[in-house]
Amino acid sequence: MAIGRKNVLSVFVVLLCVAGLSLTASAADKLKIGFVYISPIGDAGWTYQHDLGRLAMEKNLGDKVETKYIENVPEGPEAERVIRDLAKSGYDLIFTTSFGYMNPTLKVDKMFPKKRFEHSTGYKTAKNVGTYMCRFYEGRYLTGIVAGKMTESNTLGYVAAFPIPEVIRGINAFTLGAKSVNPDIKVKVIWVNSWFDPGKEREASEALIAQGADVITHHTDSTAPTLTAEEKGVYAIAYHSDMSKYGPKAHLTAATHVYGDFYTRTAQAVLDNTWKPEQVWSGIKEGSIELAPMNPVVPADVVALVEKTRKGIIDGSVHPFQGPIKDQSGKIVVEAGKTLSDKELLGMGYYVEGVLGKIPK
Amino acid sequence: MDGDIFIQILVAAIAAGTPFVYAALGELITEKSGVLNLGVEGMMLVGAISGFIGMAKSGSLLVAVLCGMTAGALMALIFAVLTLTLMANQVASGLALTIFGVGLSAFLGLKYTSIALPGVPELHIPFLSDIPVVGRLLFSHDILIYSSLVLFGFICWFLYKSKAGLILRGVGEAPKSAHALGYNVIGIRYLAVLFGGAMAGLGGVYLAVAYTPMWVEGMVAGRGWVALALVVFASWRPLRVMAGAYLFGGITIAQFHIQGFGIEIPSQLLSMLPYIATIIVLVLISRDQKSIRLNSPASLGLTYHPNN
Repeated sequence: MAIGRKNVLSVFVVLLCVAGLSLTASAADKLKIGFVYISPIGDAGWTYQHDLGRLAMEKNLGDKVETKYIENVPEGPEAERVIRDLAKSGYDLIFTTSFGYMNPTLKVDKMFPKKRFEHSTGYKTAKNVGTYMCRFYEGRYLTGIVAGKMTESNTLGYVAAFPIPEVIRGINAFTLGAKSVNPDIKVKVIWVNSWFDPGKEREASEALIAQGADVITHHTDSTAPTLTAEEKGVYAIAYHSDMSKYGPKAHLTAATHVYGDFYTRTAQAVLDNTWKPEQVWSGIKEGSIELAPMNPVVPADVVALVEKTRKGIIDGSVHPFQGPIKDQSGKIVVEAGKTLSDKELLGMGYYVEGVLGKIPK
Repeated sequence: MDGDIFIQILVAAIAAGTPFVYAALGELITEKSGVLNLGVEGMMLVGAISGFIGMAKSGSLLVAVLCGMTAGALMALIFAVLTLTLMANQVASGLALTIFGVGLSAFLGLKYTSIALPGVPELHIPFLSDIPVVGRLLFSHDILIYSSLVLFGFICWFLYKSKAGLILRGVGEAPKSAHALGYNVIGIRYLAVLFGGAMAGLGGVYLAVAYTPMWVEGMVAGRGWVALALVVFASWRPLRVMAGAYLFGGITIAQFHIQGFGIEIPSQLLSMLPYIATIIVLVLISRDQKSIRLNSPASLGLTYHPNN
């Protein structure tokens, strides 16, 4: 029985400590911000970019905020548990950074009416749930210009994950960018049916190179396509992150996500009590999409053209999906003088002219 | 399809099949001794990161190979102690080993995700590598691919021509009889499990150091499970394991090429193709019931108590 009493005592001590901790936490009026990540942060890729954003926000807001992240959280019930734990332990603003966290986020939101949530890439909002994502297709369009200028075989290779509108939008924007400077361009797409499998991404890149592609880009999460391009002596355009150290010769540039400003703005709005749930879709103009530094092999006139187009996107004179745009059969899908609306962009389900193959159904 | 592309597919298929060759041949020896180790995926991952660390620290492929093999064998040792000494259930222990390996490799690799390795150069053998077609196909690979062929030759000889191989098969077939003949069943099984672990580790090294010279969590991506399946569908015959490994690699590569050529087959179906085709082919060549009974180790997966 003595042991039993000891146990009771230690439980009591622990309880006291916890109570003390939570008291001190609430005493300081720091905004506690939680981040939920789908994969480990690593050194490049989707989650890495989110974490750069978190660090930038910490730097900008200093001791007004305190952040914590939980990485490698699978989508589904586990995500709900993690988000709920964050909300329960005093995190007032929670960023959930993967599409599959949508429903778990909404569920937890119902249990904690005073907490604020921001969900990345989702389409459902609630009273305290906003969404955010990046117009990465603008970056794709710019990298397409680089690829179109640098290719000699007029064949570009695209390693793609899953045939969903988001990925198709990127393929089309890349193709339109390349065609804007080189009308003979063909884009070959290989689907690996995985967001992340370095082996398959390498195999797909190899197949594209063997079939004549001399610039490889990808909408998958690993550095394997860049590595393979370096090994085979062709060019690569990376996605998510600057991957130049994996292919110093091959890496031309990359379309990267930048979240620092958005995270800073959102946290500031919560601090100022002006936060509202919104559906934010921001691009180059807002600083959410940036190109990685250009490889020195890219000629100055190409760099200048990319810069000019970038400015055009910012001031609105250039839109990646500016008519006339033809689909693969030659049918006009966007008429001259028109641009695609956000709704049309979000539901994109066709390839534009210049992409080879069919979208797997 | 022009000839050059065809050769490129074959060359790539050999490279893509090599991780399976190592892991599956290792598992073949383990299973031939009567032990079913489902931890191949975990052992490959730990082998991959250990080999990667070895390569990053020393720059020597030999060090990388030794690190990876040792790490794979250490993982297998945990499994061996659990199942052979402590008599734990083999299926459960193997699954646990994989889960453990996934976590351990991620932990070991924390500081290594940002390093790019130079990769392993392809050997260039004067004259031989320059022969058209054959030179590209046979004499233009890296050393780890050639050593997998040496391993294959050794295993064929060992299993079917050496006395030690006969004893190993005997232990897997009828451990009690082997024990009665004075062989140390548990000791032999220990060695077989450790060998399987070292080979799985080497398969991981090939992936992380030569095939995609980088480390990322979970980069083995299910290849350990494919290797396990290959052993069973190849009905425990080394030549069929090899055929299955290259077939799987070849179809994986070929389906990407089919997509690149724009042939209209849904990519989801194509992604299934390597699995389906390999299973069908191996089941067809192994459909002889008598041969299966002859080749599958009779005591596979059963716990053996030497004193009963």
